[in-house]
Amino acid sequence: MSTLNPTIDHADHADHGGHGHDHAHAHKQSFISQYVFSTDHKMIGKQFLITTLFMMMVGGALALAVRWQLARPWERMPIFGDMVFGADGGQISPDAYTMLFTMHATVMIFLVIIPVLAGAFGNFLIPLQIGADDMAFPTLNMLSYWFMWPAIFLFGASFFMYGGGPAAGWTSYPLLSLLREAAPGSGDAQTLWLLGLTFVGVSSMMGSVNYMTTIINMRAPGMTLFRMPLTIWSMFITAILQAFALPVLTAAGFMMVSDRMLGTCFFVPSGIVVNNAAPTVGGGQTLLWQHLFWFYSHPAVYIMLLPAMGMVSDMLACMCRKPVFGYKPMVYSMAAIAGLGFIVWGHHMFISGMNPALGMTFMVSTIMIALPSAIKTFNWIGTIWGGRVQFNSVMLYCIAFVSMFIIGGLSGIFMAAVPVDIYIHDTYFIVAHFHYVIFGATLFGVFGAIQFWFPKMYGRMMNETVGKIHFVLTFIGFNCTFYPMHMLGIAGMPRRYADPYHFPYLEHLLPLNQFMTASAFLMGMAQFLLLGNFFYSMYFGPKCGRNPWGANGLEWTAPSPPGHGNFDVLPVVYHGPYEYGSPVSGDKDFLMQTEYVPLAQRVAAEEHH
Amino acid sequence: MHWWFPGDGNAYSTLGGKIDDLFYLILVIVSVTFVGTSAALGYALWRGASIKSDEKVWFSHGSHSLEVIWTIVPSAVLLFIALYQLDVWAEYRMKGFAKEKDGSPKVITVVAEVTARQFEWRIRYPANGKPLKPTPQPDDIYSVNELHVPTGGLVSITLRTDDVQHAFFVPMLRVKQDAVPGKMIPVWFDATMPGKYEMLCAELCGWGHYKMKAMLVAQSADDFEAWKDKASAEQFDDGYRKPAE
Repeated sequence: MSTLNPTIDHADHADHGGHGHDHAHAHKQSFISQYVFSTDHKMIGKQFLITTLFMMMVGGALALAVRWQLARPWERMPIFGDMVFGADGGQISPDAYTMLFTMHATVMIFLVIIPVLAGAFGNFLIPLQIGADDMAFPTLNMLSYWFMWPAIFLFGASFFMYGGGPAAGWTSYPLLSLLREAAPGSGDAQTLWLLGLTFVGVSSMMGSVNYMTTIINMRAPGMTLFRMPLTIWSMFITAILQAFALPVLTAAGFMMVSDRMLGTCFFVPSGIVVNNAAPTVGGGQTLLWQHLFWFYSHPAVYIMLLPAMGMVSDMLACMCRKPVFGYKPMVYSMAAIAGLGFIVWGHHMFISGMNPALGMTFMVSTIMIALPSAIKTFNWIGTIWGGRVQFNSVMLYCIAFVSMFIIGGLSGIFMAAVPVDIYIHDTYFIVAHFHYVIFGATLFGVFGAIQFWFPKMYGRMMNETVGKIHFVLTFIGFNCTFYPMHMLGIAGMPRRYADPYHFPYLEHLLPLNQFMTASAFLMGMAQFLLLGNFFYSMYFGPKCGRNPWGANGLEWTAPSPPGHGNFDVLPVVYHGPYEYGSPVSGDKDFLMQTEYVPLAQRVAAEEHH
Repeated sequence: MHWWFPGDGNAYSTLGGKIDDLFYLILVIVSVTFVGTSAALGYALWRGASIKSDEKVWFSHGSHSLEVIWTIVPSAVLLFIALYQLDVWAEYRMKGFAKEKDGSPKVITVVAEVTARQFEWRIRYPANGKPLKPTPQPDDIYSVNELHVPTGGLVSITLRTDDVQHAFFVPMLRVKQDAVPGKMIPVWFDATMPGKYEMLCAELCGWGHYKMKAMLVAQSADDFEAWKDKASAEQFDDGYRKPAE
């Protein structure tokens, strides 16, 4: 396949896996091969993006139902409750509540955050930013999108199993998730959930293999590793993380499926009697699941964060019109996060009953992982420092990313400290922390990235005013929803309680919870602005040229939107990606990576300074 | 409104007091960091907004010495936080297994076996003057959703579960420990003041997770013994009374 050998002359005999198209030349494709089973990385990226945006609304609706119960416990939920829980008088029953938060987390993590970063933006940006005409394995890429659908179907179908959807939390700790008698949702629903998880894993793995191969093999001439945009570095590191961590989760999932269906006992100790069922035969360890699960799911936290860090670095440099501060420290700190990310999983298990000595080592490694995050934050501030800040919606989302990441990072130190974690473990403090990181940081980064790369995706700009309104409403709604959760946690309110007010010491938290629920509804409604803006701009937004932001990356040398094969002229790279405001750039304040500056001019500029 | 630690904000155990101290220490460090970084971010943005149109941006790819400073300083602070915590953790989870200075094994009285199940706590105490045995004894005393412990000095409970995973959580004492199927986990703590403290489950255990409502009753050692005698008398009362003479 010629795409594996990016040579100057390969444009002349390009042969995409036997299709025989020419680069960026208009060619007729059938509707199916263009929009459905497309092998074009840009179309696959858009498919991922739109799918995840819709899944975000689904996950959001589930979250709002959870919030409803916390604000108005046991009351009839209008509309949604009448439709879904009509048999219970529109009321959320306690087992429905456990199902709601389980599926909220499942949808948001596995069908929104992970695929929107790696699937949507990874797919769309990797070939464009490294100057390749497509991914290394276009068919594998197509499959990675279409393997999402069995997962969506299985997760969806699990709601309709006898007993309702899976209700053991997204962490699915055995034995609650393992023994059918343990919970109404631990019947077939849990099996479907596990299979769905496997499909998501397969999809991610296909993406990850593809990204690594593409980034290693298909960079344009001159695109050395240290000339790659930080987005590409972050996608590369994420792909490596995924490739090494995911098999463990897949294996654990199969072990649990086999415990459930074949009668093995990997996770089942002997003599356990659940709901008066026969005692288990056993011989296994429930803690094994926690170790295997978090061995994947802690690196997964960085899989859910690193790509957003990379994209925000790109956007910040562009919107501040100056280079990223400390490019190499940024790369090294991402690598450090990824490396340390493999030895911190035990901090989810401080009070789980594992050997307490492990708590000490995991605490030290966990607290030290704050270091690369701190370095990145300082470098982002350094990037903004002395720049010409463009206060458009992209920049606002990026500022939100940085400042919410500061809060989310700092609150993490509390729970990394084992003694403090004894108290705040499994309280709302934890819920506050990870929403600040996953929503406050990652999702704001994604909103910014949508606004920033939309022109390249569709050749039109998104509406700036609507973008700003969406930002303000989401930002206010977000902070009013999640900041008080720290207070709930300190007050000792445990997670996953259908009715915390059942306990006298938590009764006084009801008004605060009602305020948070109102804020959450505001935030939820604001997302319709994003969807409206997205789909309206797709057809009616003002058209834009190749480089509407005056950015440096290779993607901005391609037409907007790029044709099949991406580049009409094969890019050759002469600089790093962040030469904004460079003295050699002449009368403009950016220097595209493909722009050659003759030596004499560079020397002159050097002497001039 | 009261949005801080439960009750009057104080921890009613020695360990809880130490946990709160560490919490406040981290809170101070984190608050200073937050204010500092946010101020830097805000100032950078303000400068970036007020830059004149003919002014050039600061064309810089970074500074090695700055990177070194903001690597070393945070790592020192973080390492301090990490190491400073170790001792309290050791006290909570490890020192109970260690030996006394003279080599004799450390003794923490085991007052009860607490067994979590969907969705209640079952508690088994040894009769007065007897140690808790791993297997139930004929004269053991039982209670449901009410754990009595003596104040003054460390006591230990043996935590187990009959079915799925649960977690023993007493917010006012800042004690939490998961109950893991197939494991018996010793949990030691002290209650500095006699009183009733709410006790609940902190690990998702099914639809009734929110209703494992229980009470930890801390009493002086004498009251505790007296309660055990009374509870034992009630438990073994078969209604038989000697005929009046």
